[in-house]
Amino acid sequence: MPDKIAITLDVNGKSYDVNVEPRRSLADVLREDCGLTGTHLGCEHGVCGACTVLVDGRPVRACLMFGVQAEGKAIRTVEGLADGDVLHPLQKAFWENHGLQCGFCTPGFLMLAVGALEENPAMSEAELRDVLSSNLCRCTGYQNIVKAVRLAADEMRARRA
Amino acid sequence: MKPAAFAYLAPTTLGEALAMLDGVQDDGKVLAGGQSLVPAMNFRLARPATLVDLNGLSELDHVSGDSDRGVVIGALVRHAAFHAPPFEGPLAELLAKVVRDIAHYPIRQRGTFGGSLAHADPASEWCLVAATLGATMHLASVAGTRTVAAADFFRGTFTTALAPNEILVRVDLPPLPAGWRTGFYEFSRRKGDFALAMALATLQIDGGAIRAVRLGVGGVSDRPRRLETVEAFLAGKPPTPATFAEAAELARGAVAVTADIHASEAYRSDLLGTVVRRALAEAAA
Repeated sequence: MPDKIAITLDVNGKSYDVNVEPRRSLADVLREDCGLTGTHLGCEHGVCGACTVLVDGRPVRACLMFGVQAEGKAIRTVEGLADGDVLHPLQKAFWENHGLQCGFCTPGFLMLAVGALEENPAMSEAELRDVLSSNLCRCTGYQNIVKAVRLAADEMRARRA
Repeated sequence: MKPAAFAYLAPTTLGEALAMLDGVQDDGKVLAGGQSLVPAMNFRLARPATLVDLNGLSELDHVSGDSDRGVVIGALVRHAAFHAPPFEGPLAELLAKVVRDIAHYPIRQRGTFGGSLAHADPASEWCLVAATLGATMHLASVAGTRTVAAADFFRGTFTTALAPNEILVRVDLPPLPAGWRTGFYEFSRRKGDFALAMALATLQIDGGAIRAVRLGVGGVSDRPRRLETVEAFLAGKPPTPATFAEAAELARGAVAVTADIHASEAYRSDLLGTVVRRALAEAAA
């Protein structure tokens, strides 16, 4: 069996020294080695998007990246969204608009939306729906997720202004 | 599922990567964006013993040129780079149009132009672009670099002219200067799914007639195809719905379509005609 590799990951601005097999996905490294279980694993082949995290600002499937590939990158997970007890505008909007039911897909949707809105804060409705079609939710029927992200986008724009 | 164990090599220069790949005695594989390879590994459909990861090779992550001169695309350029191409003109418009149908936004942040071509999925949009426009592939190995035309590069499903010790390092797309119009139409059951059929058309229209044309189809057989016989039919004809309907029928006759669980032969052939008609109509509009 190939040896484990010692790597240092930068997750939500904090350093994690871990020893991992090359085959361990970034999602598994985050969960099992860093103890950050907010990132969820659904399909493990890039379809469902539950494991979406930000790598250098871009939303990616953490099940399709190996942990060893993430060294030197700035990783952001759902644990890094809230500022202490103050929820991120997206988290608040999901809460207030019933953007979740069981909550399994929520961390993935949040990180997908954060990454997309940080890249383009003025996304049109069509662009927003296109981005949100990347991830699967089996509870909500998506309407409240779209609504929550749209409202959060407005608030994020207002905060920047 | 989880992938089988493998040895991981992370070169930082192309020379180093080529030497590493050449030195792999067992079943080695090049890792680029990993958006097709890693799912295959997670399913254990692929079990490479060694991965040579190209992600440290920033030298392959560049786009240069423009629509007038043609563009050079480094193999490691991510799909998302074409959301807003770093140049203008018909070629940029075409690439920006096509990229929106490649999987989903997060996949496009990671997947690469070169990886898509090297993987040679019959439903790959970039493979269709390369085959239709007549791209030139640059294949490097420790022995040097050779160029292969797109027509000779795609050999079948997941099969290309690449030797096991070669890396696709760059792709040249020919010029598509002002005056060319472009059309692309893809049909999939859901947004972001694999194409059941897609067509790409570029046209030059002059004095009410088609002066020059390129037409290709993908997702319908084992590899993307440029349809020269249909192009020959279109040359000189008026760009009308009647012409395009006839071209669609010719295209259906020119390709033996694949049947699979997603589409029967009859259905896919029907789709083929429709996507050809719509891509041509979009280009002419």
